[in-house]
Amino acid sequence: MSGLQLKEIELYVNGTPCKRVVDVRKTLLELLREDLGLTGTKYGCGAGECGACSVLVDDVLVDACIYLAVWAHGKKIRTIEGEAKKGRLSPVQQAYVTEGAIQCGFCTPGFVMATTAFVQQHAGQTVTDDTIRKAHAGNLCRCTGYQHILRAVKKSMQFPDE
Amino acid sequence: MATGESIIRHDAVAKVTGRAEYTQDLYKSRMLVAKYLRSTIAHGRVTDIDVSAARSLPGVAAVFTFKDVPRQPFATAGHPMSLDSSHRDVADRRLLTGDIRFMGDEIAVVVAEDELIAGNALKQIRVTCTPFPVLIHPVDILDPNARQIHEGSANRVGEHGWRFGADIESAMDHADHVVEDSFETAMVQHCHLENHVVFAYMDDLDRIVIVTSTQIPHIVRRIVGEALDFPLSRIKVIKPYIGGGFGNKQDVIFEPMAAFLTLHLNGRPVAIHMTREEEMIGTRVRHPFHIRVKTGVMKDGTLAARDVDAIAVTGAYASHGHSVAAAGGGKIGCLYPHTPTRYHAQTLYANLPAAGAMRAYGSPQIMYALECATEDAARAITMDSVEFRLKNIVRQGDIDPLSQKTIHTCGLAECLIRGRDMIGWQSKKKKYAAYKTGPVRRGLGVACFSYASGTYPVCVEIASVRLSLNQDGTVHIMAGATEIGQGSDTVIAQMAAHTLGISHEHVRVIQAQDTDVTPFDTGAYASRQAYVSSNAVFRASVRLKEHILNHAARMTGMHSDLLDIEADHIVASDTRTPVLDLKTLALDTCYHKTRGGQLTAEISHKTTTSAPVFGCTFADIEVDIPLCKITLRQIVNVHDSGIILNPVQARGQVHGGVAMGIGATLSEEFLIDSGTGRVFNGNLLDYKFPTFMDTPPVDADFIETREPSSGYGNKALGEPPVISPPPAIRNALLDATGVPVNRLPITPEVLFKAFTTHGLIRPGRTGHV
Repeated sequence: MSGLQLKEIELYVNGTPCKRVVDVRKTLLELLREDLGLTGTKYGCGAGECGACSVLVDDVLVDACIYLAVWAHGKKIRTIEGEAKKGRLSPVQQAYVTEGAIQCGFCTPGFVMATTAFVQQHAGQTVTDDTIRKAHAGNLCRCTGYQHILRAVKKSMQFPDE
Repeated sequence: MATGESIIRHDAVAKVTGRAEYTQDLYKSRMLVAKYLRSTIAHGRVTDIDVSAARSLPGVAAVFTFKDVPRQPFATAGHPMSLDSSHRDVADRRLLTGDIRFMGDEIAVVVAEDELIAGNALKQIRVTCTPFPVLIHPVDILDPNARQIHEGSANRVGEHGWRFGADIESAMDHADHVVEDSFETAMVQHCHLENHVVFAYMDDLDRIVIVTSTQIPHIVRRIVGEALDFPLSRIKVIKPYIGGGFGNKQDVIFEPMAAFLTLHLNGRPVAIHMTREEEMIGTRVRHPFHIRVKTGVMKDGTLAARDVDAIAVTGAYASHGHSVAAAGGGKIGCLYPHTPTRYHAQTLYANLPAAGAMRAYGSPQIMYALECATEDAARAITMDSVEFRLKNIVRQGDIDPLSQKTIHTCGLAECLIRGRDMIGWQSKKKKYAAYKTGPVRRGLGVACFSYASGTYPVCVEIASVRLSLNQDGTVHIMAGATEIGQGSDTVIAQMAAHTLGISHEHVRVIQAQDTDVTPFDTGAYASRQAYVSSNAVFRASVRLKEHILNHAARMTGMHSDLLDIEADHIVASDTRTPVLDLKTLALDTCYHKTRGGQLTAEISHKTTTSAPVFGCTFADIEVDIPLCKITLRQIVNVHDSGIILNPVQARGQVHGGVAMGIGATLSEEFLIDSGTGRVFNGNLLDYKFPTFMDTPPVDADFIETREPSSGYGNKALGEPPVISPPPAIRNALLDATGVPVNRLPITPEVLFKAFTTHGLIRPGRTGHV
């Protein structure tokens, strides 16, 4: 049908190289969920409002629902599926679990990726609560009131990612 | 002691790794997608519809219009069925409609290979409509000449009233002061992060499987059967992980359509995914209310009488209808049982998105008006806001004047006293006396609430659980209670572990539900699950424990009365020394060639009580008058929800509920064009629910009472935290500025108008835009 254009892209997803021919209209979120079966990244709004689809692209936090799949060509993508390794949670994931920062869990993968990016950027620094709030303001949560998430982020700062 | 401990949610790791599968994560091969054609006017009738071009598009499997669906209307509200036919929900909905009742009404549906094709096909449908005047405001809706949005309804879904106590008219006449005002609440939305999503397919010639994001799997099964006239036992509803509901998924909205489509497409899987924009207008919202409250008060601080008149607007369809206004008013008697009170409410149709259940079901609206009015009464006699409430509120042992039931547990006075201390009421009152003039002012506010644990005696309260001892000595529970994020699975495991003497890690509630095998329960709503489940879990756990000890007696030759379970072992009840480990016992029950059998216990229990719960909010705010900005300096919520089963999870519920209450107070509302009925801000960018930046720290605390009607002393907690922040913040604003703002939300625009009216801002002279 008209409008259909295909393009071959090559990217790294959670450390694994992968090559796909994609419809150029496809978002990175659709590529991850539909083509690669990585459904841990969620669809919440499709317009970059809620952050449920947050992933890291070359270590930068992006909303995968408004990031075209073709833009990911040659880039390194980190999704929630790559965070727990060898049966162990990442320090950020562990902090979310321990601090009771999870309720319905639908925003959780996006939040974990946002915190993972935050911890990388601020490793070794002292950060204020307001810095944490601002850096996570693109991720909406309707269940928790963010309070236990704040504690989880602070705890994550004590154990920065390897 | 598994209850009362802050154990980690049993589903936390599945969720934090992204491995928890929600409905949108599941897929069937050859799955089609369905998309609705929604009306672009709010009130009218379709006179002609042409779908031929859409039908002929490649990749379109089918197009159905309102002419192709069953004519029999059905009710969507996710209530237990009433055996009394006069108490049934209003059946005013068909799968599709030619009578347009709100902007976004569902006229036709396209089923296609993918969303792009479906979207293109929708554009090919030609619709001709006759428009009618849009009815939005109660005065227009109730005009005798107004068109009936539903024929024969007179635009009213329901109306009722009650009164208790002494003669109200005479009490008002004899009151030292009478304060009277009108209050308005806005249309707000649940905004759970997971939109409504459902898919259905047939796994046999005559069996439908529905996988859906719902709070009420067993009710979905019944209502789909009613809507399609299809045998209930041949409908199977599967509930995977749910990404929040807050009442919006206590309504059977898209499941009947998904089932209808697979039935008509030879059993092929069909999915319906809401976009966020459709979700905002096309599912459910909270009823906006218009409430007038008149309060008589004596100089000594006694509330003499109260008269409340409420109009609730349900929008295009009844959904939960008048139940919301009835339930909201029904909690007044438990809060101020000594004050003679009259309540009257009616619920109106309007050409607006349909309102349904939303967290605390009418109470946020009614308690807001009531607690604003209570504040105004206290101020009329210059009495301290907390002391005034302490003088008038319910106490343990009082009788609910509406239900005539004794209130066995009530810690509300203690909540008020604790909250007053936590916020530093006395010292801040003195300090803030210096902040009552000038551009930046400070104030304190308080508000209380009562709520219920479940819906009895209005509806049945039934909970069912099935416990099985696994081969390795662990226990699996199948519970009818529906986990939607609130944590019911975790606390049910804690309850069973507590009674069984097994560590909670060895007790697991099966997360996914399947109505073919999950025991019957009516679902997650009314903050009922932990309360009503407690009675079933306790009884089933006692029974399973008996079975285990009887089998241990057979194995050891000891009398079962001399045995107990502790830390996953059978122990001698007197010396507490282990005599057998549970795994050995479990293997014996399954594999011994002659004795025993699999040990299970199943209980379905009806709870015929509804323990009232109580609590309060204290707010400390700063008001920047030129900026028309409220800053929340501190907010405290204290709850009497009985025994707290899991303190960390309970606090999380309070934080989330208060955040939702703050949103309703300061920023959340549907902006609606009164001429056309169009919602201007139906998305998560323009609809302002609190972000991380907007949510202040919330101090949550509990006064624990032990509720005798509950298996573990617990009462309701899920919904109540949302109720009292709005009036507490409004009362703090009044304290800071002397300006009563009697509508929600209190946005900067509303403040600008109020401050201008009261002379705090003089436009043109301050230089502020």
